[in-house]
Amino acid sequence: MIAWIADLLENVRVALDGLLANKMRSTLTMLGVIIGVGAVIALMSIGEGAQASITEQINSIGSNLIFVGAGARGMGPVQEAGGSASLTYEDALAIADPRNVPDAVAVAPEFGQNTQVIFGDENINVSVTGVTPEYPLAYSGIEVANGRFIEDKDVDGRGNVAVLGYQSAIDLFGGFDPVGQKIKVAMPSTGNGGNGGKVSLTVVGVLAEQAGSGMSDPNDEVFIPISTAQTKIFNGRDARGEIIVSSVSVVAASEEQADAVVDAITALLRGRHDIAPNEDDDFFVMEQADMLEMVGQITGIMTAFLGAIAGISLLVGGIGIMNIMLVSVTERTREIGLRKAVGARKGDILIQFLLEAVALSVLGGLLGILLGMGLGKLVDLTGLMSSVVTLDSVLLAVGFSAAVGLFFGIYPANQAARLNPIEALRYE
Amino acid sequence: MIEIEDVTKVYQMGEVQVHALCGVSLEIDQGEWVAIMGPSGSGKSTLMHIIGCLDTPTAGVYRLDGVEVGGMDENQLAAIRNRQIGFVFQTFNLLARTSALKQVMLPMQYTRNGARIPLTERERRAREALEMVGLGDRMDHHPTELSGGQQQRVAIARALVNGPDIIMADEPTGNLDSTSGAEVMEILQRLHKEHGITVVMVTHDEEIGAQAERIVRLRDGLIVDEVKQ
Repeated sequence: MIAWIADLLENVRVALDGLLANKMRSTLTMLGVIIGVGAVIALMSIGEGAQASITEQINSIGSNLIFVGAGARGMGPVQEAGGSASLTYEDALAIADPRNVPDAVAVAPEFGQNTQVIFGDENINVSVTGVTPEYPLAYSGIEVANGRFIEDKDVDGRGNVAVLGYQSAIDLFGGFDPVGQKIKVAMPSTGNGGNGGKVSLTVVGVLAEQAGSGMSDPNDEVFIPISTAQTKIFNGRDARGEIIVSSVSVVAASEEQADAVVDAITALLRGRHDIAPNEDDDFFVMEQADMLEMVGQITGIMTAFLGAIAGISLLVGGIGIMNIMLVSVTERTREIGLRKAVGARKGDILIQFLLEAVALSVLGGLLGILLGMGLGKLVDLTGLMSSVVTLDSVLLAVGFSAAVGLFFGIYPANQAARLNPIEALRYE
Repeated sequence: MIEIEDVTKVYQMGEVQVHALCGVSLEIDQGEWVAIMGPSGSGKSTLMHIIGCLDTPTAGVYRLDGVEVGGMDENQLAAIRNRQIGFVFQTFNLLARTSALKQVMLPMQYTRNGARIPLTERERRAREALEMVGLGDRMDHHPTELSGGQQQRVAIARALVNGPDIIMADEPTGNLDSTSGAEVMEILQRLHKEHGITVVMVTHDEEIGAQAERIVRLRDGLIVDEVKQ
């Protein structure tokens, strides 16, 4: 066993001697692997960084928030013919009834769409979201900076009022106070019935700047009473004429009760939608854990995809190694002949050249990791994205580059080992 | 110690069979100095490759120290070359960008009879060998920093560092001027006399050949003349 290790160390020493004897070429050959591994590490760290920041956002929502939407989970609202995939306002009221869902402390239905919002010459396209006064209870980050939020009287009276998100207020009004001003919201022309008219709304409040929380950015939104959204601006009725909502956010009394709330809502809606026991839900109820899982899947695919693209450049680097090793074997034919003449066995030569290839690729891999980390730091400095270098991606890169060296080194090393010493010594 | 009986060597060159050796018998005793001479194509190189265990005969028997070499595989031959035979070539065959000391340490890297030779021991022996050929002050020089004669002396140090029984010298002075050539021959003579090393030398230089104790002349793959001096 010890002799075996001594043998290996000996061979590593010989391989490194060989590489050091030709530093320029060794460096250039490594460059392919350095760039390949650097790209893998950089792209994967950006992918991991994206996942980490999205996860953090979801975590900031709070783990007792439950999200109810129409349509089968992950499938969108498309359902079989005859089925109506809508979530109605009545459903939302039923969920809010403590007799149905006892552990829900706040129920906030939403209904909204993207449309034009106009003030004077300013014109922005933002998400206009119909909400109830419970909305800030579900999204704890929502805070009114100036004026007030949507109140019960606005919802009951279908009031023509609006609350602007931080960025929307800046975009429309620049510096001055929007409270009391009138803005116009375009009615989207929906298919065959739209009229393209505008509804005038009075601004009653402006929100403070938010850290991103949830799937959409509240800074860019315009909030109006849900009843106004459903009846005056958008078409808020389904095929049966029932008033619908886009989604319902439900806050469970505590994290421990979140599962019970999900079960209660699921049972309630299955009953209300007359879903037979063997049929699938026509709605989805998602906890924070579910969202994290979904985001994890999506960013995982993205990261793997980026890694695979970068992996191709690593492959190209490997071919570079094979190329230079073949040149090296030809150039060093006499050296190989001499080594054999003084007693090197076939295996000694094979291992020498194989180790040279692996040393090139592993050394390149290590430098590539540094390059990738550097690129990740650079991305961090831009502030657009964050990067996280994980141990996984480092191990993957080192393992993959060693494998590349082995794979692309075997052919040249075998060529070298097979040389006949007499012919090799005669080679000019 | 070297016993060759009716050895033939046939190379297959595409469709054509080349008979390099056509039944050669030769005995060389321990401590002898033999020159193998002959025109090119006479088979002298082939004979030397066989004696040097770089190649095996097609037919016939070659015994080295009473051990039949013909049936050995590549690795067994490599081990014999490593321990019992030292090579000196016309073109020196030193490694590029490698110090004289490392050149001489090279054969010990492949020595594997039982335990390996420790690195410090290798260095000690290499220094000793370099001093023996008068290059004690050139240990760290690379081949490009050495004259032809010095390069050949590094090669001789490399050949004798593992304490071989036989030194195979293939035109050892062929690439040297007469002064360096004489120096190299002098060193070989000394090794031969003081250490009792068997020297088998291939040359077509009559003057060099004349320094051997015995001259074996080959022509067309056969021994045509043997002269003891």
